[in-house]
Amino acid sequence: MADLSLKDVAKAYGEVKILSGINLEIKSGELIVFVGPSGCGKSTLLRMIAGLERISGGDLTIDGQRMNDVPPALRGIAMVFQSYALYPHMTVRDNMAFALKIAKKSPQNIEKAVENAARILQLTPYLDRLPKALSGGQRQRVAIGRAIVRDPKVFLFDEPLSNLDAALRVATRIEIAQLKEAMPDRTMIYVTHDQVEAMTLASRIVVLAGGGIAQVGTPLDLYDRPETEFVAQFIGSPAMNLLPGTVVKTGAQTTVELAGGGIARSHVPTRPADLGLAVNIGVRPEDFHPTDGAGIFSGTVAIVEALGEVSLLYFTPEKGAPAMIAKLPGTHADLRHRQVTLGADPAKVHLFHAGRSLLYR
Amino acid sequence: MEQLAFATGTIVAGVFACVAWFWGSNWLLDAVFPARGPQAGANILRANMIRPWLFIGPAVGFLAVYLVYPVLNSVWRSLHDAAGHDWVGLENYAWLVRDAKFREAIWNNMLWLAVVPALATLFGLLAAQITDRIRWGNVAKSFIFMPMAISFVGAGVIWKFIYDYRPEGQAQIGLLNAIWTGLGQAPETWLTLPFWNNFFLMAVLIWIQTGFAMVILSAALRGIPEETIEAAILDGANPWQVFFRIKVPQIWGTIAVVWTTITIVVLKVFDIVFVMTNGQWGTQVLANLMYDWMFRGAPDYGRGSAIALVIMALVTPIMVWNIRNARKEMR
Repeated sequence: MADLSLKDVAKAYGEVKILSGINLEIKSGELIVFVGPSGCGKSTLLRMIAGLERISGGDLTIDGQRMNDVPPALRGIAMVFQSYALYPHMTVRDNMAFALKIAKKSPQNIEKAVENAARILQLTPYLDRLPKALSGGQRQRVAIGRAIVRDPKVFLFDEPLSNLDAALRVATRIEIAQLKEAMPDRTMIYVTHDQVEAMTLASRIVVLAGGGIAQVGTPLDLYDRPETEFVAQFIGSPAMNLLPGTVVKTGAQTTVELAGGGIARSHVPTRPADLGLAVNIGVRPEDFHPTDGAGIFSGTVAIVEALGEVSLLYFTPEKGAPAMIAKLPGTHADLRHRQVTLGADPAKVHLFHAGRSLLYR
Repeated sequence: MEQLAFATGTIVAGVFACVAWFWGSNWLLDAVFPARGPQAGANILRANMIRPWLFIGPAVGFLAVYLVYPVLNSVWRSLHDAAGHDWVGLENYAWLVRDAKFREAIWNNMLWLAVVPALATLFGLLAAQITDRIRWGNVAKSFIFMPMAISFVGAGVIWKFIYDYRPEGQAQIGLLNAIWTGLGQAPETWLTLPFWNNFFLMAVLIWIQTGFAMVILSAALRGIPEETIEAAILDGANPWQVFFRIKVPQIWGTIAVVWTTITIVVLKVFDIVFVMTNGQWGTQVLANLMYDWMFRGAPDYGRGSAIALVIMALVTPIMVWNIRNARKEMR
């Protein structure tokens, strides 16, 4: 059980600021996922919580205790590394027992903790093997086991699945979800660049960008109500389409006349003063549907990617306009090189002004 | 001046001959089996079969002349009398077993073996670990490595000064005696001090070999994945535990290679003893004993060769093991 809080946390290497103004309250039992483009500092933030990097400013508290200067081993955390970081000269058993041996726990207790973790992770038959005699998935389970035996208050995962192949990644992801369920009072922080991991595992997602937090929320919050164009485009794949336009009618529903000629209606409310405001409308590829009447967008299909359950339509970019993508259910190979008009449900049309959503004002 | 010119000439000629051989033989091979025409494929295959032999041929040839032949000749000589005329069977080896000086040399060699590789490796390991962590580590490293550049004879001369003795009342120019008399003791002739003088000689080799051990082990330490160390820190290990339980076990293979390499140097140790005590006062070692019999006074090639073969018999198994281990490390 641990509440973890970051207050105004910052990281700088000399003059170079990596992170600043990080404020985050994590409640006991949450699984928080840090996502963001590479270089956004998500791993650095995790390593600061672990104690592997110094915190340059602000406070980290776990259960109300300030942890900035507490040595890593005494913070009540355990970390699972991307590269597993198993001790190559120790058997699986010794790898998992190492922390407890250092802590001078009794041999019976160590044995019990290791056997227990091995059972949960189905590693019992491999306890006396060296890491090099294990597969990638097994190694990652040993790394997780090493964290479990320490019975930490907070688990930290640093891209734990990115060294596994696709099938194993899915299987291990589900194992981690089950592990979380089996330990409902343990807090977990998970760093990934994989959206699917973030969406499926997280109780809340923290999107990091530009040295700070872009948005915090449940996965569906971020998907349905992104605060900024950046979050809107970062969450969801393919990324949300953005089209420039001008507000022509305000009220509970907003009408936007698009630079490309179309008309879009959105359920995002606007004030009378917004009339004539330059906005970007955002529509996710999966929210587009072909229409016969006046739509939001009309263009020529350049390429169709048939994925079986859905098809991705890539439109030829008009001069000055961004490339558009639509995701339609079923197969649509016949649409290539054809003129298609797309519409969208007003409930699914987002409005952004100067990069920020008009929902949040 | 004449010597200098001769040495320069030899170097230039040697390098030129090497280049000429490798370039010339390669050119000839390509001329005989040109990589074009209807036979191009077969020619390339044939040329590639021959090329390695052209390139390693000279090395193999020189090894045969300067290594294999002397070994065989030594075996032959060790079975003959002092002048190399009459067959004496194993008489030279029987003499070895009975000879007190030989037993002293063997015993001293074992002493060297027990002390020098262990201490040189240990100091090297510590130096590697410490210099990796401090800002002026690279400067410290070059100083520790520098003795490697000094010949054993030079090192012997330097350390002879350190152990130098002047009668009481005179100024002590030897560092050790200067400190010793500074502590209020009477000056000591360190190199004649029975038993302990062996250790004063060993200090010289440890001084030289620590740099070697440090360089190799420093590279090995840097090869350890950083995450395993971070994981150990998170697991609560203190710096000592990280070093001895995480780092050292991961570089055991390299430590073994360094250890055995120094072991081989120790078994062959000659110059230091020759320069500093010449095997007197109970400091005799095998290589110096061999030199004594081979080239001093009335040379006895039989006995000298027998001692040489004993040294070779001691070195060879370690060498084989060492090479195997080094190969394993490289994989």
